[in-house]
Amino acid sequence: MPGLVPGIHDFLFLGQDVDGRVKPGHDGLGIAGARMTYIAKPKFHHPGLKKNELGYTHRDYEGKISTLCAGCGHDSITASIIEACYELSIEPHRVAKISGIGCSSKTPDYFLGNSHGFNSVHGRMPSVLTGANLANRDLIYLGVSGDGDSASIGFGQFAHSIRRGVNMTYIVENNGVYGLTKGQFSATADRGSKSKKGVTNTDNAIDLVAIALQLGATFVARSFSGDKTQLVPLIAAAIRHKGASFIDVISPCIAFNNHAGSTKSFDYVREHNDAVNRLDVLVGRDPIAVDYAPGTVQLVEQHDGSKIALRKIDADYDPHDRLGAQTFLQKHAAKGQIVTGLLYVDPDADDLHAHLNTVETPLNTLEADTLCPGSAALDKFNASMR
Amino acid sequence: MKPTDIAAPDYFHKVVDCQWACPAHTPVPEYIRLIAQGRYSDAYMINWQSNVFPGILGRTCDRPCEPACRRGRVEETPVAICRLKRVAADFKDDITQRLPRPSSKNGKRVALVGGGPASLTVARDLAPLGYHCTVFDADPEAGGMMRSQIPKFRLPNSVIDEETGYILNLGVDFKGGHRIESMKALLAEKYDAIFVGSGAPRGRELDIPGRKEAAANIHIGIEWLSSVSFGHIDKIGKRVIVLGGGNTAMDCCRTARRLGGEKVTVIVRSGFEEMKASPWEKEDAIHEDIPILNYMVPVAFKHVAGKLIGVTFQHVKAEFDAKGRRNLVPSGDPDQTIPCDDVLVAVGQENAFPWIEQDCGIEFDKWHMPKVDPKTFASTNPKVFFGGDAAFGPKNIIWAVAHGHDAALSIHKLLSGEDITERPLPEVHVSSQKMGIHEWSYDNDISVDKRFKVPHRDKVIALKDIRTEVELGYDVKLALGEAHRCLNCDVQTVFSTSLCIECDACVDICPMDCISFTENGEEADLRQRLKAPSLHPDQDLYVSSDLKTGRVMVKDEDVCLHCGLCAERCPTGAWDMQKYLIEMTYAGSACPTKSRSAA
Repeated sequence: MPGLVPGIHDFLFLGQDVDGRVKPGHDGLGIAGARMTYIAKPKFHHPGLKKNELGYTHRDYEGKISTLCAGCGHDSITASIIEACYELSIEPHRVAKISGIGCSSKTPDYFLGNSHGFNSVHGRMPSVLTGANLANRDLIYLGVSGDGDSASIGFGQFAHSIRRGVNMTYIVENNGVYGLTKGQFSATADRGSKSKKGVTNTDNAIDLVAIALQLGATFVARSFSGDKTQLVPLIAAAIRHKGASFIDVISPCIAFNNHAGSTKSFDYVREHNDAVNRLDVLVGRDPIAVDYAPGTVQLVEQHDGSKIALRKIDADYDPHDRLGAQTFLQKHAAKGQIVTGLLYVDPDADDLHAHLNTVETPLNTLEADTLCPGSAALDKFNASMR
Repeated sequence: MKPTDIAAPDYFHKVVDCQWACPAHTPVPEYIRLIAQGRYSDAYMINWQSNVFPGILGRTCDRPCEPACRRGRVEETPVAICRLKRVAADFKDDITQRLPRPSSKNGKRVALVGGGPASLTVARDLAPLGYHCTVFDADPEAGGMMRSQIPKFRLPNSVIDEETGYILNLGVDFKGGHRIESMKALLAEKYDAIFVGSGAPRGRELDIPGRKEAAANIHIGIEWLSSVSFGHIDKIGKRVIVLGGGNTAMDCCRTARRLGGEKVTVIVRSGFEEMKASPWEKEDAIHEDIPILNYMVPVAFKHVAGKLIGVTFQHVKAEFDAKGRRNLVPSGDPDQTIPCDDVLVAVGQENAFPWIEQDCGIEFDKWHMPKVDPKTFASTNPKVFFGGDAAFGPKNIIWAVAHGHDAALSIHKLLSGEDITERPLPEVHVSSQKMGIHEWSYDNDISVDKRFKVPHRDKVIALKDIRTEVELGYDVKLALGEAHRCLNCDVQTVFSTSLCIECDACVDICPMDCISFTENGEEADLRQRLKAPSLHPDQDLYVSSDLKTGRVMVKDEDVCLHCGLCAERCPTGAWDMQKYLIEMTYAGSACPTKSRSAA
């Protein structure tokens, strides 16, 4: 019997889930051979994967497959967010992930596929997040942004969400370059660093960590996409922090900012990384087994009872000293060093809801008669103003 | 750990679990891909080259490949490798033009004793090189136990005729009905070499009280099967007990069901799980309403006036001694007599060489087995070689084929005046499969389908005629679905340390968490520090040399899907998917005579 002609075997895959990369008009459903060949991440997982308290593996926290360039630092941050949420046993439907525009702002599609998401206008993530947070204070808010989205077009938005103390984890995936428009310097590119084409940057850089400290963020950290052992617990601690948490993650742009002369390349960051501490987040049932040499570990208890075990690398660094952190940061920046780790934390911080004295019940679940108590109540209120 | 030497032919060979487990090292993923492409003839020829009897093995192989199949570690069941082999045989075109031509004779004569898979493999390898091969068999037709012992409802004669025919048509002399009675006489005929592939022809006896008295209704399994095959026996009593738990017992009970056995029962000494029969053969027997009773030891045949009326069994249980050895001890339950009309004894097979005289220069060990070199298959008489069941006792067809290839190589080297202990290295090809950024020359989209069942003929029809094949084989559509389940383990993940920038892209994308970047250490320590637990220490770790940060890349080969996503997501091409093809050395392969490794 003659065999099937090669190619006809595509019919088995008609109608399968198409991943995020297959754009409308591109996939060849029904036309054997025209189907795009890249594949969705296989559903199989390692048979020995550990499960968290909810019975999920880390694979259950994934989203669609990334469409970013191969090797992008942002994908490592995505993996770190997945890992942190898995380790904290967060229910995915309790998370709202909100972003703006840019490579970084695409990434919420690649993690927590079962969470709420909002891909907002360029630079407007902080406003959308603040609004959502006011309406429903019960969700975990994850703001994902980039250096363009937060340090240029959304600089004001960034500043105001931080100074208001919105309860959120604000992550900037910082590559110092406009990757989507082919490699112009962004506002966080260091003065004197070189573009891929060899042009030297003559503008001063915005240090988002310094700004966040100055504006009163109550959890401030910096890390590197190529150092997940530092980054994952930082994200976990930030999620557990009540108040405005800000993490600046240096994330090399593999296509436009990973060359000699760049200060945000894998090699440069590895050479100039000056970590002040590394941490472990201790939550829930996990026994607190800290077996580090005495004097090298500092325990920080957060508002919700979770603990951060800070393994000090720089023995003199005090993460409770906002002013000291700012000085330390600037001194080291002047020497060309990139300070990473948990730089400042106020474990007793308040958030915007405390400042506004809002009710505990999320506003979006209040009944109409509570929100609008009627004319008698209005009359009483007006009378109090006379 | 030291960096993995991927240039050693065995390293990647082991990753192709099925091929490594196959005694003949058939390149399984290679032919499964060809089946998926509808290139059945090509798939058949790859098999024919390697295992000589694709149609026969595709129905009867013991499948050492399937328990090894990586798919069985990723999900519940391995790929149905064996039945895909049958697909290649079923749907191929006429392949006779692709077979070697009978070549002009080189004047060297080789005698082959026994016409089964081992001898026929030797003949297949040697005849095209010009050797004059003469195969002797007591039965009228070639095939040996494949023809005489395997029931026709599992393996039709047409398949045996076709595949033995391919070999005999290479100019091989087949002397059917010609039993070799004396090795001495055969040696006197001045053959340049003699190969003994006469199998393990004697069924083991069960010497318990009543055996002699009830002999008329007690049959030795393989002899009985053989008589059925050749049409000498065509009926059996209504109540039949089959003693033994191997594949022969399964063939016996299913044959009995077709010859009038209405109440056929298999009874084994050991537990059901420890039975030697392949799981699928047990399933097939149970499907044909044959109960399998376990932990029952036959102690006596009951008979009245020379007529068998039943078998008495002692109930036992398994106990383990301090050394973990299992002993069967009486359970204390009273003995049980099960009535029956006939008994089939299938408790094992033995070798028998009454025809080899003591002064032939062939030494035997204390178990009365010939002393055979496990690499060259030479006996202590340098001209006489053994293979198949005749060499190391009962195994199965695929082992006989593997022995045949190696013995043929020895004979060829011997008769070419070379040292037969020097075994040439296999030839290995490794080539990148990259076609574009997201394009590979193989189908890397992992199918999540469960194993497809092979359709069976309706039981009522199947049980009516002993020559009606039970398994219908996959149709094209099912075969395609099953072929897609193959993980292409021969398309290897190859890592270049110098290109890696340690961006973690491969770690993040790997669906099976196979890849870790970590500090180097001893193997036991490294296995503790991998991203996902190392479940099978027999599966290798692929370790790179030191990277820029001083760490190493460690890949646990265990459950890699070979989906190529690591290579797709690698920005520098440090990962590549390269197809590994190993060509085993056969008689006549041109290659250097370096001694080869364990492959």
